[in-house]
Amino acid sequence: MIEQHLLLKRVDFIFVQDTDWEKILQKSIHKPKQELINELISSELKGRGGAGFPTGLKWKLTSEAAGDEKYVICNADEGEPGTFKDREILTRVPYKVLTAMAVCGYIVGAKNGIIYLRGEYKFLEKPLKDAINEFSYFCNKINLDFTIRIFMGSGAYICGEETALFESLEGKRGEPRNKPPYPSISGFRKKPTVINNVETLAHTYTIFKYGAKKFYDLGVQYSRGSKLFSISGDTPKPGIYELELGMSLQDFVDEFGDGDTKAVQVGGASGFLVPRKKFHETAIGYQGKLVGISLPTGGSMMLFNSCRSMYNLLDNYLEFFREESCGQCTPCRIGCQQLLAGIKAVKKGERPAPYLDKLLKLSETMQYTAKCGLGQSVANSFASIVENFREEMIY
Amino acid sequence: MDSLHKRIVALADLHGRNRESLLPILQGVVEYDNYLSQKSMVEISKELDLPASEVYGTATFYSFLEHRKMGKFIIRICKTISCSMKGKNQILLAIKEMLKIEIGQTTQDGRFSLVETNCLGWCHKAPAMVINHEVFTDLTPEKVREILGEYMKKEI
Repeated sequence: MIEQHLLLKRVDFIFVQDTDWEKILQKSIHKPKQELINELISSELKGRGGAGFPTGLKWKLTSEAAGDEKYVICNADEGEPGTFKDREILTRVPYKVLTAMAVCGYIVGAKNGIIYLRGEYKFLEKPLKDAINEFSYFCNKINLDFTIRIFMGSGAYICGEETALFESLEGKRGEPRNKPPYPSISGFRKKPTVINNVETLAHTYTIFKYGAKKFYDLGVQYSRGSKLFSISGDTPKPGIYELELGMSLQDFVDEFGDGDTKAVQVGGASGFLVPRKKFHETAIGYQGKLVGISLPTGGSMMLFNSCRSMYNLLDNYLEFFREESCGQCTPCRIGCQQLLAGIKAVKKGERPAPYLDKLLKLSETMQYTAKCGLGQSVANSFASIVENFREEMIY
Repeated sequence: MDSLHKRIVALADLHGRNRESLLPILQGVVEYDNYLSQKSMVEISKELDLPASEVYGTATFYSFLEHRKMGKFIIRICKTISCSMKGKNQILLAIKEMLKIEIGQTTQDGRFSLVETNCLGWCHKAPAMVINHEVFTDLTPEKVREILGEYMKKEI
């Protein structure tokens, strides 16, 4: 198959203001549940937090799970460096997220929804509460038994990991659990739980409103629909943009770069650094059968121009991971410390350059042995920076 | 002591006395005192019938639940990559010079504490900081001096 990318295309679904949420909610909860699930599955929407699990399947599994007590959780613990889209969604179109949560509750049989809001967004608590009150008033009016509450986080990146988030909701340290069991069987309070990223929920609203086809028609292969991108770094137009999935990174840089883009970090500190020479062969989306590299992302796109030191970049990421590692499993706790100490030692000349290869092996070990996504993904940025900018690590 | 005890009882009445109430109660104490004293953690453990070590272990996990005495206004400046490359250090320098404190310290009058924090989610408007819950973005040294000037006039 020949290399194929979509041209960069702006889309406008998520932030379009509409006054239809009452209608959409009422219409949806009178449809057969299976029909709604099929609609979601055929849209091929995947989780927009970064992991990319098919949303329709997630809801289906939870709807089939045994038990009367189930939960719908909106993950608003947006902490990945370079990501700020969820805050904008909750600020500008909260009713879309609330509607999606209620429809999800109807489908899976949950009566309670919780929004886990990161402590850094405390200022959003009040307006969001007001939106929830208005929403609840309408739910009462149409006899829909679904309540939503906000739970405030207190500054912990790891709580964005779904099982760590459950622990935090239960009043404990945010330490990830072993999987399986998965949340669809055993989540919050060990009950079947749907947990979705804010943006994923907002997309389901679009799908319930316009139907799956309109969403599916955007994107390529395994990457359907649009996605919000949080764009920052060396760019003349930082901000949040909704773009069709499947564009090439070269097109992205042509649009958002400052003319001197040296590398782009796709997917935040836990994602990959792509150097200039690979812009052409890299597409933004989930890995499919296309030739070339496809990089999934929670939407964090950070651009760096040629003034930037890639050593400083890696040093910054590793310090972040070292502090945010929950400390529960050894590979991540010790690994993050050692990677940071290691690159500092090489930079200072206290260790010879081949020591970097040992560090690469360590990051690979973390990828295989760490308990959760945090420790497993440190290798993404570590390897992509060290391998592509090795000389900057040494000199 | 008495007033602390009363406040903790009131928070427990509001949020409940089970394990799930622990974080909201800890947050409630921090909201008022700006930090969690050992006394407050022991009080909470008694009120919720939890081992004090569990309360301490949970509280110290979260970076916004400070357990060292903090000033009335906690300045948290973002040190993650986008802010770091957009001049965070100059902002930090301006704050240090103005308040005569280092990172992790509190001014003598107990008004300001200065800490660094991880990504605040304002990368497109870097550099950014929060003072308690108020967010400030697109900072420059001049701007930050102005902001702190305003905070110096506030009653504490």
